[in-house]
Amino acid sequence: MSSGSATKAAKAPGRGKVAAGSKKRKPGGSGIHGNTFWFWVFVGPFVIGMLVFAYLPILWSLVLSFFEAQNTVTPSNFVGLQNYIDMLTDRNFLSSLGTFSIFALFIVPLTFALSLALALLVNQVKIARAFFRSVFFLPTACSYVVASLIWKLSVFNGVRFGLANTVLGWFGVDQIAWLSSIDPPWYWVPLVTVRLWLQLGFYMILFIAGLQRISPTLYEAAYVDGARPGWQIFRYITLPQLRATSVAVLLLNLIAAYQAFDEFYNLIGNANYARPPLVYLYSISLGSIQDLGRGSAGALILAVIIMVLTLLQNRIFGFGKAND
Amino acid sequence: MPARIPNAGLTRRDLLKRTGGLAAIAAFAAACGGNTGRPADSGGGGGSKVNLTQWYHQYGETGTKEAALKYAKAYTDSNVAVQWVPGDYGAKLASGLLSSSAPDVFESQLNIAMVKSNQVVPLDDILGDAKDDFNPNDLKTNTIDGKLYGIKMIDDPQVFYYRKSLFEKAGIKPPETVDDLIAAAKELTTDKVKGLFLGNFTGAGGVNISVAGPSLWSSGGAYLTEDNKPGFNNERAAQAFSKLRELNQSNSLLLGAPADWADPGAFVQGLCAIQWTGLWAMPGIQKALGDDFGVFAYPKLDAQGKPALPSGGWSEFVSAKSANVDAAKAFVKALWVDNQESQEDWNLNYGFHIPPRKSLAAKATKLQTGVAAEVVKLNQDYGVVDLPAWTPTMNTAFNDMLTNVMRKGADPAAEIAKADKTVTTELSRLFG
Repeated sequence: MSSGSATKAAKAPGRGKVAAGSKKRKPGGSGIHGNTFWFWVFVGPFVIGMLVFAYLPILWSLVLSFFEAQNTVTPSNFVGLQNYIDMLTDRNFLSSLGTFSIFALFIVPLTFALSLALALLVNQVKIARAFFRSVFFLPTACSYVVASLIWKLSVFNGVRFGLANTVLGWFGVDQIAWLSSIDPPWYWVPLVTVRLWLQLGFYMILFIAGLQRISPTLYEAAYVDGARPGWQIFRYITLPQLRATSVAVLLLNLIAAYQAFDEFYNLIGNANYARPPLVYLYSISLGSIQDLGRGSAGALILAVIIMVLTLLQNRIFGFGKAND
Repeated sequence: MPARIPNAGLTRRDLLKRTGGLAAIAAFAAACGGNTGRPADSGGGGGSKVNLTQWYHQYGETGTKEAALKYAKAYTDSNVAVQWVPGDYGAKLASGLLSSSAPDVFESQLNIAMVKSNQVVPLDDILGDAKDDFNPNDLKTNTIDGKLYGIKMIDDPQVFYYRKSLFEKAGIKPPETVDDLIAAAKELTTDKVKGLFLGNFTGAGGVNISVAGPSLWSSGGAYLTEDNKPGFNNERAAQAFSKLRELNQSNSLLLGAPADWADPGAFVQGLCAIQWTGLWAMPGIQKALGDDFGVFAYPKLDAQGKPALPSGGWSEFVSAKSANVDAAKAFVKALWVDNQESQEDWNLNYGFHIPPRKSLAAKATKLQTGVAAEVVKLNQDYGVVDLPAWTPTMNTAFNDMLTNVMRKGADPAAEIAKADKTVTTELSRLFG
């Protein structure tokens, strides 16, 4: 590893020279003008895309949130803060925030712990490393919708010939209506497992990258100092060294949990017992109700909550500190 | 391992340029794409005819899509492109109607919000003499402030289907009251078969409890009273909803079936002894079970109540946004007013529906014998039609209330009060 970085460092100045030389050789497009031109050629389409498909809708959503906008995107009846008041007193919206919190409580620590464990295991494997990495990473390539449908129609089908119920049947357990049962809330099992299956591989790769950045000299020094392999090494060397990766994984995880939509929408639909904020907002603004005013107000409230939480988390864990 | 620098004659700058260029092209291509589902405006062959788009929800019965395409093709005054919309039709239609790719002609159910936001045009003038031939209920459900906005295409009563053989084996009769229904469901539940299937209570289009309306109507209540006030805030309605809770707790409901209640799958596969579904499913059930099935309406709550069933269906509308409102109206008139042959085909040759035209219903032989005739009779006696003043917002509040009572065990009176509040707010917004 160290030799690798040395080679890079040695080559770097040379590459710089080549680059500078090639710039001089170019007849047209030299200097600032050329650079600006190419900057806009490359960046322009994306900036336009962002403006048209992200910023404009956000802005328009802000406008809509102050109007009574049912079945229209060009409303005329200004209602001030009424939509915000409606949403903040809407028990369905509040309970959807509750649903999300429960979901995050399950999914964030579970994904974190399991993907770290997987990364440690796969990283230790001596043979067929690439195979194991790919095998665990593959589900990430699967669409949430497709996975949800497989979960719903085959694995966690509520009748006796569903996969999970067949397995339970071998042990004499009665069939369970996985997605429809509220008491006990079995629906969390499919919801959490489908996301784990889809996400674990991705976070595992992040952790493997983190693990490979830890210098072996640290481990050697620890052995010399008498640290025992296993828990002690993990607790005092691996985990602290993974700090930057861990913070990133936690942050990404939390945001992903807030954005949960696909598997809830496809597995449960718009049921008021397991409805995260996005599914609820979708149903009032884009579903058959079409109340874009209240929907926009709710979306902005949600955006503010995500922003505050992210900032808070940043304060506690600190992205900046992670770099030391 | 030293990091390898990609070579093969490509400098990093070249590589970036090429990939960046590709990405830019892809971004442009993505932005320019867009299949609106409309026929091309400049396509030859159409001459000076206007182009119309017509939307259908996805009917489950075989042959329906081909039939819809056939009707569109047979109409020669305009070019009609049919869009067959799978999935959450209500949501797709609602957003479609906001956009420039809105359909000119679409099927739906009328609610007052559509009229208030000028999404549909009145169709009184295309009905003409045929008005007297339509079932009065089908006109009523499409009328707001004296104007007719939709032409009813099909009438769809929903009932309980039950397996006669299983009833005989258990020695029970079709339920007369809700208590009988609960008892029957329990009695018929075995380790292989559940007693009753009311639906999975999940679904992207909102969790509408299939028997929400009937349970209320069976107590003598209504969604809205004649003078547009909530008609469910009373003790008897609370009692009716508690019965659904009792049913939910009886461990006799089939949940998590592969197909939801609108599809007869669970019933014909023997997963349940009784299932709530529509008349449309009857041909499929007959094919699978022969004559081993019967029907009954949602039973009355008690001696003071009455049996009930929803008499739903689909109506055709013309979008106010259409660039060719007159051509669209002419198409609707041709298909759903004048062309009785297509109407008969649509109502009787795929799933079963009751034709809204009295003359067609009278000669619909397929509906005049056996179990189908029983459903027609139940529909006449106990059918409750959709109320145009009952909006999706109210319906969501009502179903949320019922979910909380039936599935979560919440206190009916408290939940009713909350739904009442939402419905009252919505009513005052709509009617002042």
